[in-house]
Amino acid sequence: MTAIGFSRGDLYYLLPELIVCTGALLLLLADVALSQQRQARAAWVAILSLGAAATLLAVMSASETTIARGTFAVDGFAIFFKLLFVMSAAVTVLLSHRYLTIEGGRPGEYYFLVLCATAGMMIMASGIDLIVLFIGLETMAVCFYILAGFLKPNRRSNEAAVKYFLLGAFSLALLLYGMSLLYGLTGSTALRAIATALASGSSGRLLAVAVMLLVAGLGFKIAAAPFHMWAPDVYEGAPTPITAFLSVGSKAAAFAMLLRIFFEGLPAFHLDGLGSVFGQPLGWASFFYVLSVLSMTIGNLAALTQTNVKRMLAYSSIAQAGYMLIGIVAGTPRGVSAALLYLVVYAFMQLGAFGVIVLMRREGVAGDELRDLAGLSSRQPAIGIAMLLFMLSLGGIPPTAGFMGKVWLFASAIEAGYFGLAVIAVLNSALSLYYYVRVVVYVWVRREEPGTPPIVLSRAMIVALAFAAAGTLALGVYPRILFELAQASAASLGRAEPMLGWLR
Amino acid sequence: MHDWVPILIMLGFATGFAAFNIGASKLIGPKHPTPEKLAPYECGMPPVGDARERHPVKFYLVAMIFLLFDIEVAFLYPWAMALRELRWVGFMQLIVFFAILLSGYVYVWRKGVLDWGRDRD
Amino acid sequence: MHLYPITAYHYLVLAAALFALGATGVMLRRNIIILFMSIELMLNAVNLNLVAFSRLNGHVVGQVFALFIVAVAAAEAVVGLGILLAFYRNKETLNIDEVNLLRG
Repeated sequence: MTAIGFSRGDLYYLLPELIVCTGALLLLLADVALSQQRQARAAWVAILSLGAAATLLAVMSASETTIARGTFAVDGFAIFFKLLFVMSAAVTVLLSHRYLTIEGGRPGEYYFLVLCATAGMMIMASGIDLIVLFIGLETMAVCFYILAGFLKPNRRSNEAAVKYFLLGAFSLALLLYGMSLLYGLTGSTALRAIATALASGSSGRLLAVAVMLLVAGLGFKIAAAPFHMWAPDVYEGAPTPITAFLSVGSKAAAFAMLLRIFFEGLPAFHLDGLGSVFGQPLGWASFFYVLSVLSMTIGNLAALTQTNVKRMLAYSSIAQAGYMLIGIVAGTPRGVSAALLYLVVYAFMQLGAFGVIVLMRREGVAGDELRDLAGLSSRQPAIGIAMLLFMLSLGGIPPTAGFMGKVWLFASAIEAGYFGLAVIAVLNSALSLYYYVRVVVYVWVRREEPGTPPIVLSRAMIVALAFAAAGTLALGVYPRILFELAQASAASLGRAEPMLGWLR
Repeated sequence: MHDWVPILIMLGFATGFAAFNIGASKLIGPKHPTPEKLAPYECGMPPVGDARERHPVKFYLVAMIFLLFDIEVAFLYPWAMALRELRWVGFMQLIVFFAILLSGYVYVWRKGVLDWGRDRD
Repeated sequence: MHLYPITAYHYLVLAAALFALGATGVMLRRNIIILFMSIELMLNAVNLNLVAFSRLNGHVVGQVFALFIVAVAAAEAVVGLGILLAFYRNKETLNIDEVNLLRG
């Protein structure tokens, strides 16, 4: 076997990504090759390729190796995230089916972009080399720029795309400059080699600048304050299923990249080594501490006054990013696994909440204002109950998954000695209840306005919402399995070694 | 002096190639001169006029697609330099790369972006 | 006249200056196309940085990184221009202050 090129093992471990990409290309060609009617099956192609990828991921779930000359890790961490991405993408496809018919987009192009974005996320979860991470990030981001503006005649969608594109490209430039400095300091783009090189020498101020740029660039991508200003506008203007996918998938992917870079590439600088401020040693946890507090506070305060549900959920998702950052500030195995766990929990409840908003979109009704939700429970009691569940979970009320997730996050902060952070987080959770409960009041107490068109359920929609609701409830009642999975995945971070044996 | 021989050969080839093509089209190409074709720049637009006028969206689309395919070729140079080490595996990788580009091209083509005859955008 | 030799460090300073210029452009300019050009300037500063570091470190990884950035930036530019085209058709302006439907 030559040193360059692919081995059989490389191909095997890349199969999930390859399947998703092949599905995407088939959809793209089907868009121009097939008649309009047969394109209705585009959603099936997307679901099938995502299902095949998920099956393969489950098969290789015990793997722990690196491929492609040590640039691509297939470990528990990567597979945990990839399953999360594939799941969110599948729910997004289910949510999109009828929405696309109403809005009149071409399904082939749309699902092509969804699958490409998924492939990009999967690469982000596996990349342990700056170049690979960058390629994955851009594959995802470029698809999302287009998807945000997918409703071409719709001005709000146009605006969302313009804003997302400009701020996304700007944040990419910051991130890349940080990466180039990191490369210059260490002479390598491989994260482990970076860690080794930094451990042996003193690095000084330039490293602090690099870390700040990386934090800012990734802060944009996870929509953490003060880098959050694009999120409300983009979430509101983008097609609702895409908003759901954006808030769950791209946030989780950016978190995966963040964890890879900081825990595999810069583990020695968690608490100090980047200079000092007011006599306190400065590590990257300090930056994330600030981001976390700002995100929670700004996100929750701004969400209080929103009347548009998509916008409200955008601010809420900024606050949720703040909660997740707590686990990263703590930096302990428990903290990281709590962040991983919370990302899954968040995916279920956020997809569910946006799913209900997608459902409200009917001919002639945008359905994303609070008042559109009035009387939902009397028309569709099951949906009313599901929305209640999602809101309680987002607010962190037992017996939902959101409660368990928050308990572990806050406990990890206390365990690592961050009492202040835990107190701020608890106060913020209490504050957030106001606007989550307000949604519940609209759904369950307010009467509907007369003359609004009926809410019709489709099969795909029922499956998606039932899945999200079941996840939200099951993980709240019986979270043990997911907790163990998250712990194992967090522990696998940075452990994978190049494989030996027959595959090589 | 010896080092410069390959460059001289390349210069000779380049000149010869250009001369051959111009000559061949002069000799055997059909000639139907029209005012547009005789204009100094045959680019589909009046060469003199206000530079701020609005152009059909086709120009932008073609420019954008040109940009993409043009840049992707940048990967060919390092690949060509390393082909001897990469061998067949490298060759197959590039085939896959181009198959993906090609499917993008087919998409663009079937969408009618390259079709200047019909007026639709 | 005495000429100082140009070292890789000069390129790093140039890259930093370009990056700062680009970032300033993003903050101050109002035309979306110019904003976009400023961002491209920042990306090219990164490329310059990578190639200079590649030279300093004496291996080729930085150049490979730069090549990927060039290609991806082109793809991003095309997508961006497409988005601007759709925006312009509906709005007839490219002033960032007119991107104002979404507020709250």
